[in-house]
Amino acid sequence: MRTTIPIGPYHPLLEEPELFRVVVEGEKIVDIDWRTSWNHRSIEKLAESKTYDQVIFLVERVCGICSTSHPIAFCNAVEDLANIEIPERARYIRSIVAELERIHSHLLWFGLAGHYIGYHTVWMWAWRYRELVCNLFEQISGNRQSYAMMKIGGTRQDIKEEDYSRILKTMDELEPKVNMFIGAVLDDPVLLARLKGVGKLSKEDAIKWCTVGPVARSAGIDVDIRRDYPYAAYDRVDWKVIVQEDGDVLAMAVVRLLEILESIKIIRQCVEKMPQGPIAVEVPEIPPGEGIGVEEAPRGECFHYVRSDGTNCPARLKIRAPSYVNIPCFRSRFIGERVADIIIILASVDPCYCCTNRMMRIDDGTGERTLTEKDLLKLSWEKTERIKNKFKGCSRSKLLE
Amino acid sequence: MAELNLVQKVKEKFPDKMRELWEKSPRRIYVTVGKEDAKDVVRYLFGDLGARFITMTALDTRQGIEMLYHFSFDALGKIVSVRTFVPMPFPEIETVSLIIPGAEYIEREIYDILGVNFRNHPNLKRFILGDDWPEGEYPLRREHKGQFPYRTEEEQGLYRKHISKKGEK
Repeated sequence: MRTTIPIGPYHPLLEEPELFRVVVEGEKIVDIDWRTSWNHRSIEKLAESKTYDQVIFLVERVCGICSTSHPIAFCNAVEDLANIEIPERARYIRSIVAELERIHSHLLWFGLAGHYIGYHTVWMWAWRYRELVCNLFEQISGNRQSYAMMKIGGTRQDIKEEDYSRILKTMDELEPKVNMFIGAVLDDPVLLARLKGVGKLSKEDAIKWCTVGPVARSAGIDVDIRRDYPYAAYDRVDWKVIVQEDGDVLAMAVVRLLEILESIKIIRQCVEKMPQGPIAVEVPEIPPGEGIGVEEAPRGECFHYVRSDGTNCPARLKIRAPSYVNIPCFRSRFIGERVADIIIILASVDPCYCCTNRMMRIDDGTGERTLTEKDLLKLSWEKTERIKNKFKGCSRSKLLE
Repeated sequence: MAELNLVQKVKEKFPDKMRELWEKSPRRIYVTVGKEDAKDVVRYLFGDLGARFITMTALDTRQGIEMLYHFSFDALGKIVSVRTFVPMPFPEIETVSLIIPGAEYIEREIYDILGVNFRNHPNLKRFILGDDWPEGEYPLRREHKGQFPYRTEEEQGLYRKHISKKGEK
């Protein structure tokens, strides 16, 4: 008997209302459909009525978590359009801000993933260390989120020299903790049993659905915009792209955790090498034409296309956020999985995600029953408990708690 | 090697289909083709040359709906955009989502906001506009006034009445 489980579509707290219609046979998932945009904010349309300087603030609000990725992608696009070369110091500042954001975004994701599978200690700890990064942002830019640091032709604010030491100190504090998280994930038999082989994405499917970012990299596709389309200061520092082969939820977690270490490396080098000089150049009038800007956001490639008609407002702005191409790959990954794994597979691509808050189960038209996010979480937690009990005694010392 | 050949390869493969080839910068290439040939060029770039499909952009211009298929050659660090024009008033073009499944949703989005009909699309339904959005209203077309007709005249009247009552108190 086939049953359809709609997950979504919205809740007052959501950033991205979306609806997944999951078709199940018993416990097994056989199909999934996606629908979104209940909260369409017409940002592309709005951008046509704002000046280039205002659009940066507008696109900063596309996403609350990666709030510097969209401004950087937009600035890249306009700088490509008008052939603007930004000063060296601005490049380093952009890199530092973008990498700090990647750290806090990945820690946020790691904490949520822990929460979804019933590892509340992971959740508390990851978010505790995310707080360090947010506080650092407050010192650098004045805001914990939506930093307003970017500007066409450079950056709006400088990073002061007295802040360098705090940045380095925070990195020193974070690094051992991230190493601890990595050890905890790779050594814990319960986590391995819960995450390994779940929601597998094959390389062919990753190409077919055009996935980007950590999702593609976990499936063995070597793509990173920071290396392939060097912007900011990424071609001036030494770092490497993390690629895993398995494509399951565990690989996605490992990619993200290892990326935090790379980000720490990049930030340290940027602070050390930071050149003196201006942080922005004078921007000429934007000529008619078109420009493409790409940026590696924490979730993957962020794409902006800008068309100018010579006025001070863009004629068209096309934004493609990374989740837009990462979410459709669920159609390959869900088939054959269990209902208890829905929540962690959905979470594994890190879509700005908090949409399981309302859920309704329809039993073949015979009746309706409303489930909440709690029910989904309960299913997931129970599965972890079962595995935990199975492992009880044999490797207790290795468990995180 | 491949870097040198990329532009030439496309040129040689489609000698008479290419209307314009513009290398804006070493990393940005724009190719203009006819509407009927877009699918072949897309198939060649995605299937044969192994490019990654980024997304599609559609704009309403004086020459009709302008469509851009953006492809990324990550190893070379080049973005190739295939441009084509779909004439108004009944824009219609062959779908590419049978070649690239990842293009299915962006085609549905363009169908929603600009009313382009994608022939042979597997599931051409509303994607981002609400189910109560009126038929034939395309918010990103040039003639659209930017008014969002969510309510009927009657409902708007009731709403205005409600507002004015509030003011009296």
